[in-house]
Amino acid sequence: MAVRRWLKAWPVFRQLRGEDPSGRGEAAKSRHTAELRARVSTADEVVKSICPYCAVGCGQDVFVKDGRVIHIDGDPDSPISRGRLCPKGSASLQLTTGPGRWYEVLYRRPYGTEWERLGLDEAMDMIADRVIETRRQGWQWEENGVRVRRTMGIASLGGATLDNEENYLIKKLFTALGAIQIENQARI
Amino acid sequence: MAECHPVGFQWVMEAKARGATLIHVDPRFTRTSALADVHVSLRAGSDIAFLGGLVNHVLQNEADFREYVLAYTNAAAIVREDFRDTEDLDGVFSGLDTEHRTYDPATWQYEGADVPSVAGEGDEEFEERTQAGATIREAARVEAHGSGGAGVSGDIHTDETLRHPRCVYQILKRHFARYTPDMVEQVCGVPPDTFRQVCELVTANSGRERTTAFAYAVGWTQHTVGVQYIRTASILQSLLGNIGRPGGGILALRGHASIQGSTDIPTLFNLLPGYIPMPHAHADQTLESFIEAEGTVKGYWGNMRSYLVSLLKAWWGESATADNDYAFDYLPRLTGDHSTNETVLAQMEGTCKGYFLMGENPAVGSTNAKMQRLGMAALDWLVVRDFALIESATWWKDGPEIETRELRTEENGTEVFFLPAASHTEKSGSFTNTQRLLQWHREAVRPQGEARSDLWFTYHLGRRIREKLAGSTDDMDRPILDLTWDYPVHGDILEPDAEAVLVEINGHDARGAPLSAYTELKGDGSTTCGCWIYCGVYADGVNQADRRKPHTEQDWVAKEWGWAWPANRRILYNRASADPDGRPWSERKALLWWDPEHRRWSGPDVPDFQPDKPPDFRPAEGARGPDALRGTDAFVMQADGKAWLYAPAGVVDGPLPAHYEPHESPFTNPLYSQQSNPIRQVVKHPVNRYQPPGSPVFPYVTTTYRLTEHHTAGGMSRWVPYLAELMPEFFCEVSPELAAERGLEHLGWATIVSARTAVEARVLVTERMTPLTVQGRTLHQIGLPYHWGPNGYSTGDAANELAPVVLDPNTHIQESKAMACDIRPGRRPRGPALLEFVRDYRRRAGITDETGMEM
Repeated sequence: MAVRRWLKAWPVFRQLRGEDPSGRGEAAKSRHTAELRARVSTADEVVKSICPYCAVGCGQDVFVKDGRVIHIDGDPDSPISRGRLCPKGSASLQLTTGPGRWYEVLYRRPYGTEWERLGLDEAMDMIADRVIETRRQGWQWEENGVRVRRTMGIASLGGATLDNEENYLIKKLFTALGAIQIENQARI
Repeated sequence: MAECHPVGFQWVMEAKARGATLIHVDPRFTRTSALADVHVSLRAGSDIAFLGGLVNHVLQNEADFREYVLAYTNAAAIVREDFRDTEDLDGVFSGLDTEHRTYDPATWQYEGADVPSVAGEGDEEFEERTQAGATIREAARVEAHGSGGAGVSGDIHTDETLRHPRCVYQILKRHFARYTPDMVEQVCGVPPDTFRQVCELVTANSGRERTTAFAYAVGWTQHTVGVQYIRTASILQSLLGNIGRPGGGILALRGHASIQGSTDIPTLFNLLPGYIPMPHAHADQTLESFIEAEGTVKGYWGNMRSYLVSLLKAWWGESATADNDYAFDYLPRLTGDHSTNETVLAQMEGTCKGYFLMGENPAVGSTNAKMQRLGMAALDWLVVRDFALIESATWWKDGPEIETRELRTEENGTEVFFLPAASHTEKSGSFTNTQRLLQWHREAVRPQGEARSDLWFTYHLGRRIREKLAGSTDDMDRPILDLTWDYPVHGDILEPDAEAVLVEINGHDARGAPLSAYTELKGDGSTTCGCWIYCGVYADGVNQADRRKPHTEQDWVAKEWGWAWPANRRILYNRASADPDGRPWSERKALLWWDPEHRRWSGPDVPDFQPDKPPDFRPAEGARGPDALRGTDAFVMQADGKAWLYAPAGVVDGPLPAHYEPHESPFTNPLYSQQSNPIRQVVKHPVNRYQPPGSPVFPYVTTTYRLTEHHTAGGMSRWVPYLAELMPEFFCEVSPELAAERGLEHLGWATIVSARTAVEARVLVTERMTPLTVQGRTLHQIGLPYHWGPNGYSTGDAANELAPVVLDPNTHIQESKAMACDIRPGRRPRGPALLEFVRDYRRRAGITDETGMEM
């Protein structure tokens, strides 16, 4: 049996058996190559996604293993992209998991010369206080004798790389707070 | 397109492989030009002259698709007798108010139409308060037409023979007659032979059997006449019968994953979800007066009450009742232009004190970036949410003004919070792509550390504010306390459920069942809907945006992949793909047809029409809303059901496009004595000085653009090592001729100067930039990619430092695509010497605070 296995693994034999007579394909494949596996093959799951860069909207397959994203590929099912991604889309694994990401809240106090660490909870609490105070200070019931019910003290900019659901909550919250200077990249 | 939307460009290549001709019009030769049949280089800022020349060619040769034009456009409509064109007034239209820099559009109306009061009120006090309606026009009302046209009502007079001297067709013919091939050469620098070739290709490829598509990147909008650029293309495409048909259209290739979505569900000052205008203090004091003023009688905007009341019910639930106008009073009111550049001025003046930046980097991405930073430097507090420490987060420490000593860190009092953002793989939600297609992305993993989604941030910020204000009896707190804000959360970080938000956006009926179409919305408070044009995205309780049937298992329209607004239609106004009798114009281009047997519209796409309205339908006397449109009124969002060759309302700077020079141009306007758009929006400010037209100190034209390997202001690319390595630093593209003229060395340094400041860039000498002959002299153009700033792995000066804040009056979008500048070899001065260097340029050009302020 061992001899037969050895014989079958011999490239010349494989070449002569006729499936790869030129010896440039299967016949010449080494065991090392034959045993190579794509890193995505051991992924726990493939999560369907959409490229976050431009507005073409290419489909992405996100490969997850042990709770981490290990690879992002083009989704061949997409009628828009048919599996292709551009240099930016292809780099989105690095965008989402690379060394450029920052994971901590930072705080610069007024007149401060350096960043300081601040906990997320404390930052959220401080921001909520700032919103309430600035809103009250800048509140307008009327302008030129006409009701406006608003604050001109608070503004927001951003939203074109955000989800629709995120923009919806931003518009809803800020409008309810009376802030009107809510803008995004679409005007830029 | 090959550079900036490479994967979308595969379809252009598919078309080319099937025999389509590809024309690329761009000042630069790019990867797109390399694959095109024809590349036309033109002067940046001259597109209306180019497109106007095409319109003139079509009209002079009667090459329009006459049956389409008669059936589906307003060519036959007769315009009021007192309308005066640019032909009559040497470059301006009737109604120009020189005091307020605005137009009164009353004379532009159709004969017989009711004149829409832009205000909805007519008393003298009102006129005074709103500066004759100017503050209302400033409030960017035209953007409310993102899903439909402006209001027109009354008995419109027409002449189907198109011979009446005041019919739209004849006005158009006279208006564009001066846009001759010679004039195109004078203005654009395009040789007549090349231009003629384009004319012949476009007209030969349009008509019954063939369609031509225009694709533009949003650089078209970044001009003081940006809206009119797109209007010119609309006129041309409507004349040629290329709208609402497969292979036709004007396709805006937008540059952010959800920039269409951020307009539909707008984080924009002037809009509510679904292009409902934000109420204006003076015009829109009650729900009834708002609907009266902003809605239309005919077409789908006739149902605005249903859309708005359903939105108010979604936001304020039980607190929105018939007795309180469904809490309409809870909406804050506009009093003019509150767009991003006005906000920056308000920051510098001290009225705007708190600022949120969510995935936006204006210190690099906005024009006159210094103004942006000085605005931020005057704030009490700033919240920056992004992946990394972008320039808008660090200007107080290491920004350009620290180097020039215009700002000192220890003297600056802005409090800055930096909160790391979650990526698309770390949250669920939908993006709306450039074709209005909503696609859902699913959460793959939880964000690490303190990174959070903007959904999390906004929800929890609102929750905390509501908790802190709970029990308040102050009336100003009612809207925030009465807000519906109970979203389910999950996981240890308490992430809100994005799908629950989508369900609210979709809306539900009185029994709480999800709605399946916006036609089900009611104005009596019995339905809710967070964005009427998205109604149906959760039809049958299914997340339609998450549908992923492979394209190999469905037809070419691929209707079962994602969900397109409205009603999952893939081509808008597709009624126009069939002739007036409901038969496809051609079998090759069949998309929709009237099926007389089943008395329904049929075809691979969802009809953009009442599905059972026959082609011969005539509305009953006094009909309203969609029922008031005839069976041939294909443009259902338009008040008269027609594609507008001439805009009697809705565009603030004229019913027709006219070529005006960019605000800063080395040339005078050869078409009219009016140099620039008379009502372009100018900003007089010491850090926003303008250059005089024709200044020899700034002899070159500069345009900005993107590269394949980077993304807008760099927040998503300059921190990505692969991309930083592919495009490692800021550069300028110049022709060998300009390099010789100015002594610029390939791979050396150059300094590019405007009246605002100077930036330095590596020099790329390339034949991709071609000198043009404009008005008998050689013009050199300089190309600047605008992705860079001083932070990240790939660094450089920001091109947007150079550009002025001068805006399109319709949209308040800046003119960053055509400006005049100087270029010289070597690096720019450092520190305060940079300020002196630019001051010297301003002195030499004779620039004062009045320069560029003329009409």
